Amino acid sequence: MSSFSVTEPSPTQKWVAGTLVALYALVALMPLVWIIATGFKSPSDAIAYPPKLLFEPTVEGYVNLFTTQTRATPEALAANPPETWYERIVAENNQTIVGPSRFGERFLNSVIIGFGSTFLSVFLGTFAAYAFSRFKIPLKDDLLFFILSTRMMPPIAVAIPIFLMYRAAGLSDTHAGMILLYTAVNLSLSVWLLKGFIDEIPVEYEEAALIDGYTRFQAFWKVVLPQAATGIASTAIFCLIFAWNEYAFAVLLTSGQAQTAPPFIPTIIGIGGQDWPAVAAGATLFLLPVMVFTILLRKHLLRGITFGAVRK
Amino acid sequence: MSKVAMDRLAEATPQRLARGVRGLSDRALAWIFVGPTIVLLLAINIFPLIWTIGLSFTNFRVNRPNEDIRFVGTQNYTRILTDTDIWLSMQATAHFLFWTLFLQIVIGFWLAWLINRKFRGNDLWTTIIVLPMMLSPAVVGNFWTFLYQPQIGLFNYAVGFLTGQDPSSFSMIADVSLAPWSIVIVDTWMWTPFVMLICLAGLRSIPDSIYEAAECDRASPFRQFWTITVPMVLPFLMLAVLFRGIENFKMFDLVVQLTGGGPGSLTEVTSINLKREAFEKWRTGYSSAYAIILFVTVYGLAAIYVKALNRVKQR
Repeated sequence: MSSFSVTEPSPTQKWVAGTLVALYALVALMPLVWIIATGFKSPSDAIAYPPKLLFEPTVEGYVNLFTTQTRATPEALAANPPETWYERIVAENNQTIVGPSRFGERFLNSVIIGFGSTFLSVFLGTFAAYAFSRFKIPLKDDLLFFILSTRMMPPIAVAIPIFLMYRAAGLSDTHAGMILLYTAVNLSLSVWLLKGFIDEIPVEYEEAALIDGYTRFQAFWKVVLPQAATGIASTAIFCLIFAWNEYAFAVLLTSGQAQTAPPFIPTIIGIGGQDWPAVAAGATLFLLPVMVFTILLRKHLLRGITFGAVRK
Repeated sequence: MSKVAMDRLAEATPQRLARGVRGLSDRALAWIFVGPTIVLLLAINIFPLIWTIGLSFTNFRVNRPNEDIRFVGTQNYTRILTDTDIWLSMQATAHFLFWTLFLQIVIGFWLAWLINRKFRGNDLWTTIIVLPMMLSPAVVGNFWTFLYQPQIGLFNYAVGFLTGQDPSSFSMIADVSLAPWSIVIVDTWMWTPFVMLICLAGLRSIPDSIYEAAECDRASPFRQFWTITVPMVLPFLMLAVLFRGIENFKMFDLVVQLTGGGPGSLTEVTSINLKREAFEKWRTGYSSAYAIILFVTVYGLAAIYVKALNRVKQR
């Protein structure tokens, strides 16, 4: 019975399982494919019935996403002929570009707040995680649980006093305020994840360094940090994705200046209702970086989403 | 050598003394390392929480700064707990929680069980399945309203295609009977991969030798599934339920973008209800009490659950 094994599934079993999983994956992928496809549709193709799988791609949605337009009569367009390729696309709908849209700013806000809070939470988190991993700290378990429990509060519940606090401190609708807030929210994740990564680095490395005459800080800086580099990088990506996706605080605490992309994208409106190709174009630009990161992170994914509880 | 003995030895060496002079002691370093994190969390989490508790006993309203702030005792709490609207939104939350957890457990476990067959292309399909989980619920939820459009939406078209119904005859978001399911479907689509990944880790943690032993004892595959696979994966599954339970109890962004709590207030889960009270009606004191009740509920449920989880783990 050489071909029979208890734990190795038979070829038929594998084939059936593979087909079912592939089928699920393809169905689950459809909404994402649809977002990307809709971004390249013309408005009339986007709302066609039956839904169009094949269509003539256009970047009209992207042009609409990045520009603000106003109606122009054919005479006015004839008197002032469009010069660039994007002006020509807009002119076909009897529109003319009057300036950039707010999407660029909102996207930039997402980048600034995302990277700012990620840097801070990973920076603070690395030190705290090292201390929790290596030093004797009174009430260590309680402190760690306290850090985790800050994640259980519904954001709306925290938002009430934060709103009052920020208004008093002049932090509402500022980059600094949002960076600080997202840092605090992400600290639980970064401390717990990084503690797990640092726990896995053998203590012997530092002991050797200490015997060689390094101070504790030098041992941490020159021996442990380089060893933890992969862990720090994946923690940073998880923090970045959280800050990038966050919506509740952003919609309540920002309105103009520091508004990020998630509250903005759903409000993109064209002529006569929601401009779905432009919304889809914005969503594509916003979601694509996260998809790429997810693929890069797939080995650490489980660990990240369970705060290090499941390591595989 | 035991750890204590190692520490003693280290303390006895002159090097250690020398370090103490040049560098900071471990104890000082520990507080310098942990301090900033604790301070920030106290400032942005605990201080606001205490403030909320204080506000919850007052009639304070942000939009009426000149009115006297009165201490009203537990009036806010009793009013909330007897308010039928709030019970309705608790009900909406419970419906959402129950069905998302149920579907995600069943589909997630099933997918993990299939993926564990180690077929070719395993990693590729797993990565594809996982994608929706990491995306912004607000942006994705907003786009789902397009997929749910009665005439032109892809979802309605697909359902029409499969069941022969007219795609324009139903609206997932506007129909009273369908709206609660519209949010369950999207949440299940997004988060089934989460349960799947955790279950997969559980399945992979079961040593082959147990199945081999069961095979020697001539246990049927059915019996093996219920007496080996399920109990061994259960702690993992329970962990997944804990995470999803807490997250979905707090659910805000996806539902706001999908149904906005409608039609009427049918899908108004507690977070949305709270947001209305706090940031539209500006009943600050009242909504502070509401927030505390929600926080105590989720914290209490989680604590009970973790106890149960530990008991299962110890078995």
